[in-house]
Amino acid sequence: MSVGKNEPRRDGPAKLTGRALYLDDMSIPGCWHGATVRSTVPHGRIKSVSYDPDFAWNECVIVTAKDIPGKNIVTLIEPDQPLLADGLVRHREEAIVLIAHPDRATAYEAAKRVKIEYEPLPPVFDMEKSDKAFKSYLIERGDLDAGFAAADFVVEGEYRTPSQEQAYIENNAIAAYEENGVLIVTGSLQCPYYVLKAMKQIFNRDESRVRIIQAVTGGGFGGKEEYPSMIAGHAALLALKAGRPVKIVYDRHEDMAATTKRHPAVVRHRTGLTKDGKLLAQDIEVVMDGGAYATLSAVVLSRGTLHAAGVYECPNTRVRSKVVMTNTPPNGAFRGFGAPQTLFAVELHWEKIADALGIDSLTLRRKNIFKLGSTTATGQNLIESVGAEECLEKTVKRSKYEAKRKQYDRWNANPRNSTWKGIGLSVCHHGAGFTGSGEVYLASRAGVALTKTGELIVLAASTEIGQGTNTMFTQIAGDALGVPASWLSVETPDTHKVPDSGPTVASRTCMIVGGLVNRAAHDLKRAFENEYGRVPLTPSDLKKAAAVLCQGTPARRFEVQFEKPAEVVWDDATYRGDAYGVYSYATIVVDLEIDKLTCEVRVNNVTTAQDIGKALNPLLAEGQIIGGSTQGLGWALLEEPLYKDGAMINAQLTNYVIPTALDTPPFEVILVEKPYSRGPFGAKGLGELPMDIPGPAVAAAVKHATGRLIPTLPQTPERIARART
Amino acid sequence: MIKLTVNGKKKTFTGAPFKRLIDVLREDFAITGTKEGCGEGECGACTVLLDGKPVNSCLVPVCQAEGRKIETVESLGTPEKLSKLQSGFLACGGAQCGICTPGMLITAHAHLKSGGGRDSKSVRTALSGNLCRCTGYQDIVKSVISAARSRKK
Repeated sequence: MSVGKNEPRRDGPAKLTGRALYLDDMSIPGCWHGATVRSTVPHGRIKSVSYDPDFAWNECVIVTAKDIPGKNIVTLIEPDQPLLADGLVRHREEAIVLIAHPDRATAYEAAKRVKIEYEPLPPVFDMEKSDKAFKSYLIERGDLDAGFAAADFVVEGEYRTPSQEQAYIENNAIAAYEENGVLIVTGSLQCPYYVLKAMKQIFNRDESRVRIIQAVTGGGFGGKEEYPSMIAGHAALLALKAGRPVKIVYDRHEDMAATTKRHPAVVRHRTGLTKDGKLLAQDIEVVMDGGAYATLSAVVLSRGTLHAAGVYECPNTRVRSKVVMTNTPPNGAFRGFGAPQTLFAVELHWEKIADALGIDSLTLRRKNIFKLGSTTATGQNLIESVGAEECLEKTVKRSKYEAKRKQYDRWNANPRNSTWKGIGLSVCHHGAGFTGSGEVYLASRAGVALTKTGELIVLAASTEIGQGTNTMFTQIAGDALGVPASWLSVETPDTHKVPDSGPTVASRTCMIVGGLVNRAAHDLKRAFENEYGRVPLTPSDLKKAAAVLCQGTPARRFEVQFEKPAEVVWDDATYRGDAYGVYSYATIVVDLEIDKLTCEVRVNNVTTAQDIGKALNPLLAEGQIIGGSTQGLGWALLEEPLYKDGAMINAQLTNYVIPTALDTPPFEVILVEKPYSRGPFGAKGLGELPMDIPGPAVAAAVKHATGRLIPTLPQTPERIARART
Repeated sequence: MIKLTVNGKKKTFTGAPFKRLIDVLREDFAITGTKEGCGEGECGACTVLLDGKPVNSCLVPVCQAEGRKIETVESLGTPEKLSKLQSGFLACGGAQCGICTPGMLITAHAHLKSGGGRDSKSVRTALSGNLCRCTGYQDIVKSVISAARSRKK
């Protein structure tokens, strides 16, 4: 068995020796460099585009919207975002003109020599003043008025979270070229079939004449879910017009200023409880800032909405949510996908409730937390794999939370100490896979191929972006087949080679696509048994078996398609039912110290238990948990994109600060395994869960340390100092 | 003409003397293990050794490397024969997406080679100029400490 073991990462040796080829490492003969001319106003009509007469334009290829052979739309959900602005610009850094040149620096110089004049239009920057909603949702359970009428206490709170930059260390990079009439796009991306869908519309081509190939990708975190379709369109327009390969490699500033980020949000809670702390009513309002175009906002809001009531049973609940348009660059996917914003509010709100009721927030959580058989706000009955309580209790025990609460109270009472100490706790769930009926619409496919020479190859469009996809797939397929994982390889995500397994997002790769790989491998196993008499025992036996099964053809493919579990019932119209097939659960405890003079926060350690069903590879799983939690700590303490007139003004790693090795505490990780009957070997989703709740745990610890509840992230020294005065 | 040694091999460069060392390595010498993350010396992905000391190669004009020795990630080991440090990263989960890894390895290599501390605090301090967005650093620190221990044996 390989599942459950720390198999070394398959892509490790190449990445550790500098041999792995990321897009900008590839040698593409004759390749030119693309540069993008972007809008300098947040909203306006383009009056004129002029080109500096002193520049050698004959050396360049220039592309504008009129060069687009098909639709000027980056297709995703709503057909509203142009590939190149034509007439109107709706945000800063919107692409208008593209230039290619043999020399990268000259291409960027050329971009500076394009002058665009605008007739300015009034912009909207405040999400609460926007009159255009891209999407809204309503969840209702029970009788809200009756719940509040019966309540002994009603507690209100307002919570705000900022945007966040994914800050993958490899900037966006895409190359395009045409070969034998096929437009080939390769680069750093999460979702090859999303890019394919966009390219088909832009270039009026069917999938036989467009091919998307993922290159080694240096991090994504959601940031390479959608924007690569935009860059792919740009690179391909230039390549087709130039008649040669063109690559577009963003520098850090361009990447941060122009591409998607986490949605800023404001969440308001009104909560009714009995005097002993039982939840009776939750009325929750969510507003998110979508930026200038719809992109993925409807789906981000959906996940945020479905997680807004938290991991607690409440008989009377209402969640109202909307995502609105503003004239900033569009916000999009980032690990957690709307859930960290709403979970910040519901979790930190417990601290406010605790003060109102005079009951500590741990006791309150214990009274209300989901158990097996609980019902969620959408009316979903939690029938299996509910590890919420186990995560809570294990984390509380291991972190010595209760003893430290008291110990730090005593420490903080002594004015001679130069620091305050605090310990804070948060709990969450995270739905694995696509929202609601999303997996049914996706109808994903994946498979396993056996070549006639005896190669075993996993076929999936799910991308390895650092999280360990390839290693995990070989472990699942190997165990399903009953052969060593090392016998398997994983095909490059290439739309001419692998089926559409859906996007690499939503904590779905392991549970959903891994489940498909598991089923396909079982089909192959049965074929071995039926046609060869047994599963091969040795590599040479495999070669013989392959010859028998393939019967002279190059390969046999065993592909399967997602089938909706019969028990999962969801209604998109009413937002009632089983929002997700299953949830993962987590608890985190953050233990920190604050300098009384400077208000600097030092996180001393973090303890977390996470119920992921089954850790297929515990080392990789812990890597996801620690890495995701660190992104959460960054959002909680350091990271805040700042905007002026609709443009990000700290779009550099110099002034947009992410955690370093010295900012990051030691983590203690407890893996909780409550198996899910539909997941491969019991596994549930993991990727996003760790990002969800470091924020509220930090804020709760800051409250414990300083006595001040700061309902906003990040909890910077400046904010803490202001709260103290 | 600028002469320098890269990974033990003598190289000459005839272009602009202020071209960034990272670009000379990647574009002129086709040694692409060294990565660019920010272009302004914040992320450390482009770290190489200049006469044994770690530097951000995005901040070094190639003329400063005249007559000096450069070592990149390619000097450490091969996929078939990883160095102890690289093996430590593989065993302890020190690499995820891999883009910060060459710089991280070079910095850690310099730290260990110069006799830097093997404890978590020293390793974290040594690596504090190298940003990683995937791992949360703990497994990188473990990787370095485990490699240091296996070196000692």
